[in-house]
Amino acid sequence: MRNFGFSTTKSRTIDYGDIDRRLISYILENEPTFNACLSCGSCTAICSAGNLTSFNIRKLSLQIRLGDLEKTHEEIDKCMLCGKCLLECPRGINTRNVVMLIKKGLTIFEIKDKA
Amino acid sequence: MNIEGKKQIWNAYQKEIAENDYFYARSCIRQNFFPASEVAFLRILREELHKNIIDDPNHTTCTGIGYHSDIVPFDTIQTVVARQFSLMTQAGLEHMAISCVTSFGIYTEILDLWHHFPEQLEKIREYLYKATKREFNLPKNIAHTSDVIYKFRNEIAEKAKYKLVNKQTGEPLNVVEHIGCHYAKMFPTKGVGGAEFPQVLVGMIESWGGNVVDYPERRHCCGFGFRNYLVQANRGYSISNTKKKLESMKPYKPDFIVANCPGCAMFMDKWQYTLAEMEGVTYDENGYGIPVLTYEEMAGLVLGYNPWDLGLQMHQVQCESLLDKMGIEYDPKAKYLDKNGNQMPLPEKPSCLKV
Repeated sequence: MRNFGFSTTKSRTIDYGDIDRRLISYILENEPTFNACLSCGSCTAICSAGNLTSFNIRKLSLQIRLGDLEKTHEEIDKCMLCGKCLLECPRGINTRNVVMLIKKGLTIFEIKDKA
Repeated sequence: MNIEGKKQIWNAYQKEIAENDYFYARSCIRQNFFPASEVAFLRILREELHKNIIDDPNHTTCTGIGYHSDIVPFDTIQTVVARQFSLMTQAGLEHMAISCVTSFGIYTEILDLWHHFPEQLEKIREYLYKATKREFNLPKNIAHTSDVIYKFRNEIAEKAKYKLVNKQTGEPLNVVEHIGCHYAKMFPTKGVGGAEFPQVLVGMIESWGGNVVDYPERRHCCGFGFRNYLVQANRGYSISNTKKKLESMKPYKPDFIVANCPGCAMFMDKWQYTLAEMEGVTYDENGYGIPVLTYEEMAGLVLGYNPWDLGLQMHQVQCESLLDKMGIEYDPKAKYLDKNGNQMPLPEKPSCLKV
């Protein structure tokens, strides 16, 4: 391939017809309460891991819904499973189970982080 | 909403386009990369539509590319534009027909500025007089040349020799239309259909039998962006925008792209070669790329002009597939003959894009 002294960047356009739905389908199937999430961010505000690291469970849940799974593995490993988010959630979502399902789903579907 | 209501709303999106007597302002990019397009435009206006249009050899670049690259100061470009108006005034005309979308944006921006800041207009009058002893009137009507073709699209359709229809299947050709950003995104009232529903190319395509492709990135910039392209290290921004558009339109299998901006036509044509060389990708099924036409070339093909007189051999993506679909007769051996019938040197073949 020829080098012209510049390169292209990947488009960040999200095509809903073409996104990876495997993980989100798996989570919703096994934890239907996750459907009720309104992305209020209470889980993120209370998160102990989020206070110590860049972990952001609201951002992660949006990325999973959009099929953006490039860094999911690295991010979900920051969760300490303390369960404070579960107590805080105004919609009663079992967020700890959601985190566990993300971990399981990544293994089942062999989804790896992109370098 | 009833039809009357829709018509009433749509009226707010129309612009006035002069009927006749135009002063022609040429485009730097179009003259260099699609030289026959401007010749075709003048031929269509003079021979097909019998309009009066003055093409003054004394007129110069508007310096728009230099202005958008922060090289030409604003007072300088205003004085250059004032000089073009003085040539129009000298020719006894009041209507500008501007070939370039960048220039069209420049002219509308400067006229708007002078409207709001009359003291600036007086200053520029003084600069021009001191520099050239010239004076000028402001134009009564400013139209982009695609507006002019749009206005007379039905007259052209009546004279059409070919339609934008696949001759073998009888189906309308799928056409991607691309409007230059500076046509209506800066001053929406100056473009037919405004910035939301640009109609200028859609009107031509539909009048001449084609089908307009509505794809997700339809209103996205072509990627030119002036300084994004002019600095080599930044060209990744430019080509990535074009790639985004090409990827978005590819699933709709367009038969060709038509643009009203010279820069857009150039970039969407030539970046297809660059992307093919860099990444080995092409955006049609057979590896030839998607042909890109200017609207003058599209009008010329519809009117039955010789494709080689329209300069289609100058394009990066070759247009024979389109000519065959439309059933246009052409002589493949005459593709690289000069006006005296002598063979010109043949261009090198790209390594990936088929020609």
